[in-house]
Amino acid sequence: MATFKEFRNNVKPNWCPGCGDFSIQAAIQRAAANVGLEPEQLAVVSGIGCSGRISGYINAYGFHGIHGRALPIAQGVKLANRELTVIASGGDGDGFAIGMGHTVHAIRRNLNITYIVMDNQIYGLTKGQTSPRSAEGFKTKSTPEGSIESTLSPLEIAMSAGATFVAQSFSSDLKQLTSLIEQGIKHEGFSLINVFSPCVTFNKINTYDWFKENIVNLEQFPDYDPSNRMLAMNKIMETNSMLTGLIYQNTSRKSYEDLITGFKQEALAKQDVMITSGEFDKLVAEFK
Amino acid sequence: MISQLSWKIGGQQGEGVESTDRIFSTALNRLGYYLYGYRHFSSRIKGGHTNNKIRISTKPIRAISDDLDILVAFDQESIDLNAKELRSGGVIVADAKFNPVVPDGIDAKLFAVPITAMAEELGTSLMKNMVASGASWALLGLPLEVFNKAVEEEFGRKGAAIVEKNIEAVKRGAEFVLEQAGGPLDAFKLDEADGMQKLFMIGNEAIGLGSIAAGCRLMSAYPITPASEIMEYLIKKLPKFGGTVIQTEDEIAAVTMAIGANYAGVRTMTASAGPGLSLMMEAIGLAGMTETPLVIVNTQRGGPSTGLPTKQEQSDLNAMIYGTHGEIPKIVIAPASIEDCFYDTIESFNLAEEYQVPVILMTDLQLSLGKQSCEPLDYGKIEIRRGKLAENVPALEGHDLFKRYELTEDGISPRVLPGEKGGLHHVTGVEHDETGRPSENAVNRQKMMDKRLGKLSGMYIRDAIRVDAPSEKPDLLIVGMGSTGGTIDEARRALAEDGITSNHVTVRQIHPFPTELLRPYLHNAKQVIVIENNATAQLASQIKMNAGFADKIESLLKYDGNPFLPSEVHKACKELSANGNVQRV
Repeated sequence: MATFKEFRNNVKPNWCPGCGDFSIQAAIQRAAANVGLEPEQLAVVSGIGCSGRISGYINAYGFHGIHGRALPIAQGVKLANRELTVIASGGDGDGFAIGMGHTVHAIRRNLNITYIVMDNQIYGLTKGQTSPRSAEGFKTKSTPEGSIESTLSPLEIAMSAGATFVAQSFSSDLKQLTSLIEQGIKHEGFSLINVFSPCVTFNKINTYDWFKENIVNLEQFPDYDPSNRMLAMNKIMETNSMLTGLIYQNTSRKSYEDLITGFKQEALAKQDVMITSGEFDKLVAEFK
Repeated sequence: MISQLSWKIGGQQGEGVESTDRIFSTALNRLGYYLYGYRHFSSRIKGGHTNNKIRISTKPIRAISDDLDILVAFDQESIDLNAKELRSGGVIVADAKFNPVVPDGIDAKLFAVPITAMAEELGTSLMKNMVASGASWALLGLPLEVFNKAVEEEFGRKGAAIVEKNIEAVKRGAEFVLEQAGGPLDAFKLDEADGMQKLFMIGNEAIGLGSIAAGCRLMSAYPITPASEIMEYLIKKLPKFGGTVIQTEDEIAAVTMAIGANYAGVRTMTASAGPGLSLMMEAIGLAGMTETPLVIVNTQRGGPSTGLPTKQEQSDLNAMIYGTHGEIPKIVIAPASIEDCFYDTIESFNLAEEYQVPVILMTDLQLSLGKQSCEPLDYGKIEIRRGKLAENVPALEGHDLFKRYELTEDGISPRVLPGEKGGLHHVTGVEHDETGRPSENAVNRQKMMDKRLGKLSGMYIRDAIRVDAPSEKPDLLIVGMGSTGGTIDEARRALAEDGITSNHVTVRQIHPFPTELLRPYLHNAKQVIVIENNATAQLASQIKMNAGFADKIESLLKYDGNPFLPSEVHKACKELSANGNVQRV
């Protein structure tokens, strides 16, 4: 069985020293090993941005796509080969700005993939512009007088879109994050894991210390029941989306793959492609 | 006896025009006639004038006709709008309900048949289509039992009582009109057909069928006119072959999902029209850069923007050839017949995997939606070629990666699917090295660009151009693409009667442009006329840019939303031959 080291490669990430993304990378590698995957059984599909580079930093099948489209690419991979574990990943701009349409519909569709958002509340790779996750009043290069748009809550959106697995974590909490990714991978459906990942270069407000002060860890509430949708929604609102842990999980809804008529367990990519002459004649006969 | 005639039915959208056409033409197909249909419709579901026209012939035909023999009208508007097409001595079969009148100056015989009244007598006005098609059938003097058989098959599932009622509706329509006309009309007596039942389908169905034959098992698509029939056909069929159709949130998701699925090893396509293709452009660049096979169907319609969504146009050439930023290898194929739609779809999947490039299969609305007779499709010609797909590759050492982008002589690298132990590699739209790792190294960049762009050098699809060149030095070379071929051939028959010799080349490989194949035909012709449904002569520009001969190339352009008529092509060619220039249609 592969250890987490086997999910490492020898590429040096181009992230800034201290970037939260390093821990997320480590958590994915540990979780993959912990659930018993081999590198070739994992496909990591990522978007564009600092965090989008992650597919190149994990020893697995990596697909670094285009901005905002990690999710549809990942869903295509999963439909073609459901035997693969598919992780989609990218930043908050990738998933909640340019790719928001895909995010909502991927949640609704509920294919069995895990989506890890590396949420730093800012555009890093383009050197510091506002993101849908930036707080109101947040000053950036594109909002010199402070953002005048409201902050988007991916958790609330995911819940209202019918998500079956909603979690949030903090890159510094490697233990919780690794565990949530493992649970997300094991979840039979779409899992959203939003991870606070401080940008040490361009975001001087939402720092490690700021998160430590503001985060509410669900572990504080031993009675919390993540299968209770209303409770989950309340908790998200109560904490202004600043909670971490497994917020909501619905294990009764089947994944998209399981709901497709006639869709086999065997990977579609491994099935025969040539039709028989009998099948062909039958198809053609409909046009006579 | 005549060898061909044209029939049209008009009414309000949603009133049964489609179903009348379907049952009438299905019955004709059974007798072995060649059929070619044209749908005039608008971007709305209920209301608004719509009409369907079918040309019926004992010989193969691939064009709508200039004129009309029989017009079936559910309302006066259908008469007012379409009577001018009727040839002298033509016939109008109209619903007596609206007291139909023949417009001034039209020489046509009117039969007012109580179409709605008869249908209502039998229980529902829905049976208007049966009364109307029965009357049409009777006027042509065709055997009623063949028609009834078609009715049986159409309604068999709904039970004997429904079948019987519909057959009764047909009978009443037929008897009424025969009594008025005093029997079948001699002028419309068709020669007997060969009795060989043809396939009768639209281009979109041929594409759907072709994709199944090609091993396509996934389609991700977003609905759009005139492409939706492809996904609608495949969602009915693919589950039987283990696959599925996924309706995505937009065209960007459709194309990127197809890229993901192709990367993971399933032949997957998407289909759309102009607006969708515009949205897909960035992703097409990703497929080119990552060398991921991809098949996209573009059923061209009137542009730009929303343009004329239900009308004929061939104005996406430039967008398909040049769209996407930067430079990638890409194949653009324009099928020119219903049979092409089938075989070219299969070939598109093969080429996409062999060359590891995006392939755009570009039809036009008339080819995609015009229902027509199709020669038998040959199972024996179905071939699946997956190119350099590597299996059971040896295990990797240490941090080694599979050289997915290995520099090879032909520029095509071995491709391995996710899941393969020894195949780990990276894929990125960023410039990359042989293992797929990002690289900005200048030497690597040039090598990789040359590798990708060189893959298609000298690549010709089968019948990259289709040639009918009876003359060594013709007065005219007529060049076209897509659905215009049949129209051009009819015009050429008229030109031959004028004593003008012509050759005809249909360009099927739009990109890379088949310059060297085309050159001798351009060279040998006195004059060249390029016929296309767009305003800026996009095909002619390709020819001039790639092959030259600008001084003898003229264009006939039509961009009013309608397909060319044979008479328009004939007139323009005749003028060109006489005067050296062409008036606009």
